[in-house]
Amino acid sequence: MDLGPYAGFILAAYGVALAVVAALIVWVVADHRAQTRILADLEARGVTRRSDQKFEAA
Amino acid sequence: MTSAPHCRRLGGLLKTTPMALIDLANPTRFLRLTERALPWLAGATALAFAAGLYLAFFVAPDDYQQGATVKIMFIHVPAAWLGMACWALMSLAALGTLVWRHPLADVAAKAAAPLGAGFTFLCLVAGSLWGRPMWGTYWVWDGRLTSVLVLFLMYLGVIALWRTSDDPARAARAVAILTLVGAINLPIIKFSVDWWATLHQPASVFRMGGSTIYPTILIPLLVMAVAFTLLFATLHLAAMRNEILRRRVRALRLRQAAQGA
Amino acid sequence: MTSLAALFRRDLRLAVRLGGGAPMGVLFFLIVVALIPFAIGPDLALLRRIGPAILWIGALLASLLALERLIAGDQEDGSLDLILMGRAPLELVVAVKALAHWITTGLPLVIAVPVLALFLDLEPGAIAAVALTLLVGTPALTLIGLVGAALTVTLRRGGLLLPVLILPLTIPVLIFGVAASNAAVVGPMAFGAPFTILCALSLMSLVVGPFAAAAALRHGME
Repeated sequence: MDLGPYAGFILAAYGVALAVVAALIVWVVADHRAQTRILADLEARGVTRRSDQKFEAA
Repeated sequence: MTSAPHCRRLGGLLKTTPMALIDLANPTRFLRLTERALPWLAGATALAFAAGLYLAFFVAPDDYQQGATVKIMFIHVPAAWLGMACWALMSLAALGTLVWRHPLADVAAKAAAPLGAGFTFLCLVAGSLWGRPMWGTYWVWDGRLTSVLVLFLMYLGVIALWRTSDDPARAARAVAILTLVGAINLPIIKFSVDWWATLHQPASVFRMGGSTIYPTILIPLLVMAVAFTLLFATLHLAAMRNEILRRRVRALRLRQAAQGA
Repeated sequence: MTSLAALFRRDLRLAVRLGGGAPMGVLFFLIVVALIPFAIGPDLALLRRIGPAILWIGALLASLLALERLIAGDQEDGSLDLILMGRAPLELVVAVKALAHWITTGLPLVIAVPVLALFLDLEPGAIAAVALTLLVGTPALTLIGLVGAALTVTLRRGGLLLPVLILPLTIPVLIFGVAASNAAVVGPMAFGAPFTILCALSLMSLVVGPFAAAAALRHGME
């Protein structure tokens, strides 16, 4: 596949696109892992939400 | 965080609104919906990109004026559309926060801002790389590119405003107002920048689209646009989910601190 | 109405004090306009050509400087709470403050233009055009900046956020202000077209500004 004399620019553009998309995906995934980890940690320490406690009381 | 009677009252008050919006107002239900929908959205995104990239590189012909660099348009244009659509989404969310007090409106707005900034940034870089072969310079004060630059600056302002307050609920209203003022300004900015660009027309003029758009170029463009849109939807839902979890963490930590005292 | 008049007089008096916006604004304007030739060089022909732009940018930055104090000052001494509790509609209150700010900060900039234009070797036609466009445009700058000031007043870490939020929104005013000034001098294009649009922008900000700023204050101080 011949991309012509400006192949470098085309590949650079798609490369940046890949980088930006990857960065956004990584941000979302890492943030999810961090939050679920903290939530699990807090639950292990016995800090729960009021709506969860309602079930315990009943 | 959300007790059942509160939701029932909310549902009763807003009977005229579509049920889906009420169901989604409950963060827990929203999370459950998200967990189920995300894998499908991610899969659809991957498929759409596979199709789009194949069309872009193996089906789309070279432009008679620009050569193969027209393929950069398949990144630049969808990124531009999404950058602008994202601000529209944030504006709707802003109305949701200020007017209807929808509980998830500010979550949607906060989650969308970095995504919009990312796509706008991508649009600028791709446009710059497209411009170098076309105009001989990495940056050109073309009307459209300049408008997108201003939009990018506005995104950064919104993101900065989100981070100025520890309590996201307080920042939410300020951000909502800024988003709406920005939305009013966007057509004005676009108009004035386009006007200014024609005023300062550079010596050589290249029409940005080159020749007329054939279906062989239009279809890959549309498929890539769909792919990028699905990507945005996937990322946005996931980011909203993260934001809800983050607020739970904050609420729990506040309870923890209160219990300790 | 007397409460609004009292607020107006108070704001005027505060602004013209030595630490207030009025003297500092003009001084900053002078410094910026003096600074740019140091960077560009003494070529008068070049300075004459970009003179309107230099004056507009200087005025824009000087307006921004004074805006920080517009609402933050009231918040610090507690009068903002009193204002919010008052009976006058918040939109009117905000508009009155904007008027006081413009009279003490924007108008002096316009008056300073003929003097500063001497440094840039502008012709009388250009000086008049710049002064007129600034006269019409500085209200827009004040009103747009008002929204930013209202948004950032409750934020402790506001800092440089105000310029970051406001400057993109002032770009249309800048574009048409400079274009009108240039049109009056170089002018293949009529002065009227960009000038009319500039007037329209100011009028629009007169409506949107107070409402948005009042909403921001209400929500921020909740």
